[in-house]
Amino acid sequence: MYRYDEFDHQFVQARVAQFTDQVERRLAGEITEDQFRPLRLMNGVYLQLHAYMLRIAVPYGTLSSKQLRMLAHIARKYDKGYGHFTTRQNIQFNWPALSDIPAILADLASVEMHAIQTSGNCIRNVTADHFAGAAADEAADPRPYAEILRQWSSVHPEFSYLPRKFKIAVTGAERDRAAIQTHDIGLHLKKNAAGELGFAVYVGGGQGRTPLVAKKIRDFLPEEHLLSYCTAILRVYNLYGRRDNKYKARIKILVHETGVEEFTRQVEAEWAELKDGELTLPDADIKAIDAYFAPPALPARPEGDEAIKLARLDSRSFSEWLDQNVVTHRNPDYAAVTISLKGIGEVPGDASDSQMDAVADLAETYAFDEVRVSHEQNLILPHVARADLKAIYDRLVEIGLATANSDLISDIIACPGLDYCALANARSIIVAQNISKRFASLERQRDIGELKLKISGCINACGHHHVGHIGILGVEKKGAELYQVTLGGSADEHTSVGEIIGRGFGPDEITDAIETVVETYLAIRLDKSEKFLDAYRRVGPAPFKEALYAGEAKAA
Amino acid sequence: MKILTANRLTDGEAVWYAGGAWAETIDSSELAADKAAEERLEAIGAASFAANEVVDVNLIDVEIVDGVIHPLRLRERIRAAGPTNRNDLGKQARPTAA
Repeated sequence: MYRYDEFDHQFVQARVAQFTDQVERRLAGEITEDQFRPLRLMNGVYLQLHAYMLRIAVPYGTLSSKQLRMLAHIARKYDKGYGHFTTRQNIQFNWPALSDIPAILADLASVEMHAIQTSGNCIRNVTADHFAGAAADEAADPRPYAEILRQWSSVHPEFSYLPRKFKIAVTGAERDRAAIQTHDIGLHLKKNAAGELGFAVYVGGGQGRTPLVAKKIRDFLPEEHLLSYCTAILRVYNLYGRRDNKYKARIKILVHETGVEEFTRQVEAEWAELKDGELTLPDADIKAIDAYFAPPALPARPEGDEAIKLARLDSRSFSEWLDQNVVTHRNPDYAAVTISLKGIGEVPGDASDSQMDAVADLAETYAFDEVRVSHEQNLILPHVARADLKAIYDRLVEIGLATANSDLISDIIACPGLDYCALANARSIIVAQNISKRFASLERQRDIGELKLKISGCINACGHHHVGHIGILGVEKKGAELYQVTLGGSADEHTSVGEIIGRGFGPDEITDAIETVVETYLAIRLDKSEKFLDAYRRVGPAPFKEALYAGEAKAA
Repeated sequence: MKILTANRLTDGEAVWYAGGAWAETIDSSELAADKAAEERLEAIGAASFAANEVVDVNLIDVEIVDGVIHPLRLRERIRAAGPTNRNDLGKQARPTAA
């Protein structure tokens, strides 16, 4: 894992001291809310419906046990005993007092964490594949580059006041688990024919009220040019991105309105000025950062196969969890484990302080001290000996985190929605909970197969509804909640934006509507191997529309 | 009919203006039934904001149902009670005065 050097420590400590002073002056009435608001946002402090909210960065989704324990401590001491893991691999606390936030930030700094640039029109937390460094299908670990981007973008003087927020995601695998094509910049780390590392560069993806899939503007950017090329993109955006209209200010609009060809030409022209200059990454620097992310030494644990075989015979539920939540590791003696934060009827992404402590203990005992946060709002143990899987499973059962539903319909992404969020128009959590309960049977879920359901409580799309196989968008219509359903979205290497299927559904109808969609899929799929998304792409919306709305057309 | 609401500066607690002070529950909010009363509440809110007591000050629409103040928007009903998925959190979790 990355460790702060002296500069990092000083930088974060200085920010804590600075913000502590700003909070004190605000509470003393020496600065106004209008003056303070941008300052608090730069430090991740929002005002929500019930209280302030603090969003803490989890860089590229990687946490140590010590850091996770500190998050548990914060939940217990300053909040209400839980935290919410977000779709940007961050964590949010929903109830902190403003007067406590300096102390929280000081606690975070003691474990090399902060809340800098988790809000505001700047480059936000750089996200990465949650299986980075463990995945069998990876060209290289993308996190060193995410860390390089983090260092470059932290209080970058030129890019701290962009037209709008800016999000970067990096993956090192062909199979995209980081949703890079829905980001302002998406980077796909890969090797060329000569075995050299570089990036396919995607620009202008995003969700919100104008969902657009990112365009690939370069197929292979040699790794040493990462910062100069990103600088060129940001410069073009900073210069031409719209500042007159908040809703048209993201880079996706600029790319769309300029045209990919012309936008690419502008970036390349800017890059020609920057290329091979001071932003070129020296090989030694890349290696130095790489060293922080050196994979743990994985001792041979060949007894895993036999242990698992016996444990499978002994426990059907373990066997199911193994099939659903455990994925192949690059080392055959090891596996990566998804700890579902989507227990049936639970709040997607929420974890209690004691659960966080328990997962931290598991990581320390069995997983080389490493935990990941996935953008799908689960926790990951990336390196686990297969021989230890049963012990881990047993402990997860004890703490209520052993639900075997990874990638199934109850593995729902949901934003906090109107239960917490000041921007929301409708609730998300309760919709997720009701759908989860309706499909509570894991047997039924497994029969349905891979199905990514994503829910947002407003058009800002924090719940990624546009790219859900089934997406649900909550809106407010005539003072009541209404839920619009989209089908056919996807956030993988074949990213697509879902299509609105028809009129929306009330809070009491939406669960039935989703069940109708699922039953329709089951009826039309060629066989069990044809996943929901594949079936939808084959047949299109017609049978789903028919199933959802034909009755009312006839009635009318 | 309207009432005045805000969040307290120090801790973000949702509060409502009730006869001379900010209250942590909605029940005793001062009602504005006409334009003049709304303007009076607005002035109180602006002064309290300027005095750094509260932030995010708003007049919200309410009706009286069975003698109880009932915000028209769900958003405001959730602010007044707490998250609908967690009855153990927010105002709804607090012991009501006897």
